[in-house]
This record gives sequence, structure tokens and C-alpha cells, in this order.
Amino acid sequence: MFVWLPEVASTYGPKIDHLFYIILYLTGGSFILTEAVLFYFAFKYRHREGRRSHYTHGNSTVEVVWTVVPAVVLVVLTFMSKTVWDEVRHTWPDSDVNLLVTASQFTWEVRYPGADGKFETADDVVLTNEMHVPVGKPVHIQLRSKDVLHSFFLPNMRLKQDAVPGLTIPIWFEATKTGDFEIACAELCGFGHYTMHGALTVHPAEEYKTWLEEAQKSAIPSEQAAPSDGPA
Amino acid sequence: MSHSPSSAAHDHGPTSFWTKYVFSQDHKIIGIQFMFVSFLFMILGGFMAMMIRWQLAYPDAAFPLKWMVPSRVLDEGHITPPVYNQLFTMHGTIMIFFVIIPMLTGAFGNFLIPLMIGARDMAFPKLNMLSYWVMIPAGVVITASFFVPLGPAAAGWTNYPPLSYDPQWTGVGRGQTLWLVALLMVGTSSIMGSLNYITTVVNMRAPGMSFFRMPLSIWALFVTAILQLMATPVLASALGMLLLDRTIGTHFFAPAGGGQVILWQHIFWFYSHPAVYIMILPAMGFTSDVLATFARKPIFGYKAMAYSMMGIAGLGFIVWGHHMFQSGMNPTLGTTFMVSTMLIAVPSAIKTFNWLGTLWRGNIQFTAAMLNALSFVSMFIIGGLSGIFMASTPVDMFIHDTYFIVAHLHYVLFGGSLFGIFAAVYYWFPKMFGRMMNETLGKIHFWLTFIFYNLVFFPMHILGIGGMMRRIYDPTQYEFLKPLQPMNIFVSHSAFALGAVQLLFMANFLWSLFRGKKVGRNPWHANTLEWVATSPAPHGNFEHIPTVYRGPYEYASPESKEDYLPQDVPSALPAGAPATVH
Repeated sequence: MFVWLPEVASTYGPKIDHLFYIILYLTGGSFILTEAVLFYFAFKYRHREGRRSHYTHGNSTVEVVWTVVPAVVLVVLTFMSKTVWDEVRHTWPDSDVNLLVTASQFTWEVRYPGADGKFETADDVVLTNEMHVPVGKPVHIQLRSKDVLHSFFLPNMRLKQDAVPGLTIPIWFEATKTGDFEIACAELCGFGHYTMHGALTVHPAEEYKTWLEEAQKSAIPSEQAAPSDGPA
Repeated sequence: MSHSPSSAAHDHGPTSFWTKYVFSQDHKIIGIQFMFVSFLFMILGGFMAMMIRWQLAYPDAAFPLKWMVPSRVLDEGHITPPVYNQLFTMHGTIMIFFVIIPMLTGAFGNFLIPLMIGARDMAFPKLNMLSYWVMIPAGVVITASFFVPLGPAAAGWTNYPPLSYDPQWTGVGRGQTLWLVALLMVGTSSIMGSLNYITTVVNMRAPGMSFFRMPLSIWALFVTAILQLMATPVLASALGMLLLDRTIGTHFFAPAGGGQVILWQHIFWFYSHPAVYIMILPAMGFTSDVLATFARKPIFGYKAMAYSMMGIAGLGFIVWGHHMFQSGMNPTLGTTFMVSTMLIAVPSAIKTFNWLGTLWRGNIQFTAAMLNALSFVSMFIIGGLSGIFMASTPVDMFIHDTYFIVAHLHYVLFGGSLFGIFAAVYYWFPKMFGRMMNETLGKIHFWLTFIFYNLVFFPMHILGIGGMMRRIYDPTQYEFLKPLQPMNIFVSHSAFALGAVQLLFMANFLWSLFRGKKVGRNPWHANTLEWVATSPAPHGNFEHIPTVYRGPYEYASPESKEDYLPQDVPSALPAGAPATVH
């Protein structure tokens, strides 16, 4: 029954995990230390007949120390977090892998542009609850929602972003491992919330190319053209 | 009101019953009324938690206690997905708005403020009564929402639109509207209460009771009231807008009509993050009082404690965005909220260290109240530290909306607020009812609660680290969550035990109301003013308004032979003593 962080498979994933471990060690250390002190004091200074408490109202020096030390640690943590956050949310690495993901109750619609390189034209490749990406290449996703809030969650990529009706939100990730992974919905979206999951397949570069060409060929023009905007 | 023929002759009797115990303007009675209402809702909220845990452990099995649930709720004994959504929505709503907030501010705020500052009652007794009598219809409305067609609200306690906005998306109709109406009434009750508390604390302190001689419970309730007064109207505005969206077709939150979905989240969390502190600050205050009394030692760093509460209150208004890092809000704003969120950990750290300092070289008596207060400190440490994971924006990207958050919030609200409430009940029960609660039963209840509580909520951190999302009906739907199922089963069994153990508390409480050992004015040998009054305190509280000569925590003072020196006792030492007022 031992479980831990799911397998990590994106470029920034290990950096997020690293940060997670730093915080885990810091908070774990503080936890052990403070709880040990609490239990030690509770034991050592338990009531005894004839004992009288030490009469003190505190000490300014220790107040300053235990204000400044946590503050400094937290500021350092903030800067470390900012570096990773900026990489995930404020960079936009060049790529020709562009996807349009549209959430609706309770499916993920994944679109690839056809030969024209444009979305929402007749030759789009449209998949439901299924996503294919190449390894070692940034994947650009335009995330939208047709009805309510959803949250696009790729546990192995350490990526999570709400899909918001009325907004198109750009996100990216770059897979470092090939294989089959899962797509989950992490924001309550109605009674079928728990069923809203999909499959993510990370292909080797060549295999992805072949897959996409095949898919583009078999995409039937006309029917699945522009997605409807309003709720179904 | 109905008068029986025989009582009509003695009109004074029944009239005084109604005005004394029902439509009472006495702050102590109103406090006790809030307390009983909160306890009733706690049973309902707790039972829903049991149903949630059953579903998560055994998604395919029928609910075993189906005789306790109205038959239309279950489908051949099974909890259905829409009902599951209603369960966690109403569990959260009821525990927050009908249990913890009314218990801390309604019950203890009312009961303690006048007694601890040496006043005869609240500044506005009628407003106080009204704030309780607005709470009651709120409770009726939220209870009624269970019985309307399609059942109660199902959009989570955060009630995010568009899910909460249109019936077609939740499958819930009027229940969702009643949720809004009930919360508007709760908010109104809160605003009236807080206005009263602030006025009372500012204007009605006994002679000599300067601000920095107030017990930390009063500081906490005072700061909490300021938070409530400033934040609750903002929630009311959000509720009002959503109510208009649902009823007369405005588009505040509907993108199709030009509205903004994320606007709700900003306004909601602008209230609800301060509300987290509304739910923890009073418990911090009670814990401080209980710790000082039973460590027989002055609070370490009293002023640092008061200032850090003000710091928490101030910073509490600029951290709401940390609930929204992945919401689609501008990521730069995320960085800003990360900075403020990291900073708010500092005053919490200061408080923790000062509690430890209070225990240092004390003379600790392990009463049931003290055990719960110590547990508050040790559980709040966990809840506080786990918050740092969420403050870090990149880490939050993974743990947001997972069971890590569920673990964290329960460490704060159960490990913190609820243990604080238990401590306060054991500590002030004698003043409320003139009788002691059974200490042995109290200690047994404490240890069992403490153990099972940790067996329930600590593993939830691991579930969250494993990636398990909140609010899912059946985790086994996901391949990557399947290995977590044994832990889910373990957590659920611990939760059932935790729930069952609370019967001990109920039994102790009810038994002690009638059979508990009678006590005098000051059974704990405490210093603060409520112990000057008789137990239970009469209408008007004090024979004479006490005069305050010193701070609230003069335990083990060299000025006194005893190990305590109440606030209202003129100094025993002739030389260098402050002049007496008489």
C-alpha cells in the first residue's frame, strides 16, 4: 500500500519534484523538531506536587529569532519556486506541435490541425479522450471549455490547468518518456466528473509523425468541422 | 406561542420561560443556543462524512446503514454520483457555516466576550438576539434543501459557477438556490454578531481592562469580528449576484452573456480565505487561555501573540489568490500571491513557538481541556506546515485539487478548530452550566479521537501525493489511483471509528448537563474575569463590575502565595503595589 508521486515524464516535472522534496525536508524537519519539543516539555514539566512554574512573560531576543528565521527560509523558498513557475508559465518554447483541447461534460476533445495548419477547419483531426504527442518536443495546448469549469490534469507531466468557459488558456509541456499515461479532470464538473478521464500516449518522434499522417489522411472533412461554441 | 388554560392564570411563568430561554437577549443564553444548534448540525455533517468515506472505500457496494437515510436518496442502497456530489457539498457547507463558525463566534464569542472583559452583557442585546434568530431560518432553509425535488446543492462548498449557475449542469434545481439563500442569512447573522462584538470590546471593558490586559481569547474574537465585518459583505455580494443570475437571468458569471467565470472565485475567496482565519483565530485564543491556565504559567510573548493575530488578519486579506493558482488567473498574479502566502506563515510560526515557550518550565496539568489544547498545537503544526506546499506555485500545480488539500484543510479545521472547540467546551462548561464534565470520559474521548483522527487524515497526504483528486465518486476509475485503494479503505475504517467515538463526547456532554459535579466560581484556579462570576453566571453576570489590576496570565507570580493571581484582586503586597481604586 506504499504509494508516492506518480512516475515523472516531463522536462519540468523533476524540477517540481525537487522543489517538493526541499519543502518536504524543511517542513518534515520543522515538524519533528517542534513536535519533539512539545512532547518533551509536556513530559518534563508535567505537574508535580510542590512545583511552581517559572515566572516569565517572554523574551524579545527569541521572538526576533523565531520571526526572522522562518521569514528568511520562506523568502528563499519563494525565489526557488518563482524560477520553476516562470519556466512553466512564462516561457513558450518553439514547437510545431499544436493542439486544441476542449473540455465539456464529461469528455476531452483533442484537435490537431490538418494539412492547412489551422484549427477548426474541415481537415482537423479530432479525438475524444485520447491524446498523442511526440517525446522530446514541446507540446503547445490551447485549453478551452464548452460548459463548466474543468481542470486538465496530467499527473505524470506534473501539469494542471483549469479549463474556463470564455477563455482560451495556453499551456505547454515536453514529455521525456514514451509510453501510456492518463489524463484526469481535477475540478468538479458535475455528476460525471469521476468518469472524465482520457489516455495520453507519448510516441517516439518518428512514430508520432507516422501516426499524425495516418490520422490526417483518415480525418473525414466536413462533419467534425468547427466545434459548437455554446453548451451542447 | 400557545398558553394552556392553567398557565394563563400564572402568565408570568411561561412568559419568563420564553423570554429567558427562547427569545433571550442574554448573551450567555444566546451563546448556549448557538452551541446546541451547532452540535445538531455537527451530527448531520459528520454522518455525511461517513457516507462519503463509505463510497470512497467501497464504490461498488451498497451503503450498509440505509435505514438511516431517506430511501429516495439511495438507488437500491447505492450512493449515486449526483448524491455523492451533494454529500461532499453539504458536508463542507454545514461544517463550515453551520458548525465551526457559529460554534466559535456564535457560541463562544457570545458567551465569553462580556464575561471576560467584565461587562454585564453585549452592547446591543436585541441585535444579538436577532443574529441568532436569523441563523435559525438559515438552518431551516439549508435543511429544507435536502427535501426539495432533485435534492440539495451539488457544486462543492465553493459553489463555482458555471456549475452552480445552471441546473442542467449539476442536475440540481432549487436546492442550489436555497443554498445561496441560506448562506445569505448566515452572513447577515455573522455581520450583526461581529458588529456587536467589536462595539462591546471597544466600549464596555471593565475599569482597568486595557487592550493589553485582555485575555488572548478576547483578542482573537475581536480580530475575528473585524475580519467578519469586513469580509462577509463581500461574500454577500457574490451570493447576491449568483442569486440574480439564477433567478432573474443576469449574467454576472455567465460568459455567454459577457460575464466572467473567474470573478466568482475572486470574490468568493476574498471572503473565504479570511474565513479560514475566522475559523482558526478564536480556537488559537481559546488554546492560549487553556494552555496558560493548565501550565500554570504566563503566556510566553503575550504581545507577540496579539500582534501576530493582527498580522494574520491583515495578511489574510491579500492571500486569497493562492486558491486560484491554476484557475486561469494571470500567472504573474500567482507569483504575487505566493509571496504574501509565504509571509502569512510567519505569524503562525510565531504563535506556535510562543505556545511551546508557554509550556517551557511550566507545571502542566493534563486535564481533558489541556489535552485538547496541546493537540490543537501539535495538529496545527502539521496543518500549517502542509500549507507551505500549496504556497509554492509549481508544487501546487501538482497537489492542487488533490487529497493533499483535503488533508491540509482537515488538519486546520478538525485538528485545529475542532480540537480548540473541544478544549473550550471542557474548559468553560463549568461556567456555562455550573457543573463539571466527566474528566475520565473526557480523556478517553480525547485519546481515541486523537488517534483515529490522525489515522484518517494523515494518510490523506499520501493519497494526494499519489495524485488522487478531490470530489471524485470512484477513484478506481483511474489506473494510476488503483494502487491507492487499500489506503482509501484504511482511511474509511478509521473514519468510522472516529465517528463512533464522538458518541462518547455526546454522552459525556448530556450526562454532565444534569449529573455533572457542581462547581464553585473558579474550579480551575484561573485568572480571567469570567471566573469571578458565579457558575453558572446569573443575568447581568457580576454582583459588582470587577476592577482589573493586571494582565490575564499572572500565574506563578511572586506577588502571590498561590500559583495564580486573578485580574480583579488588588495587589497583596503593600510596597510598590498600584493604588487601589476604592
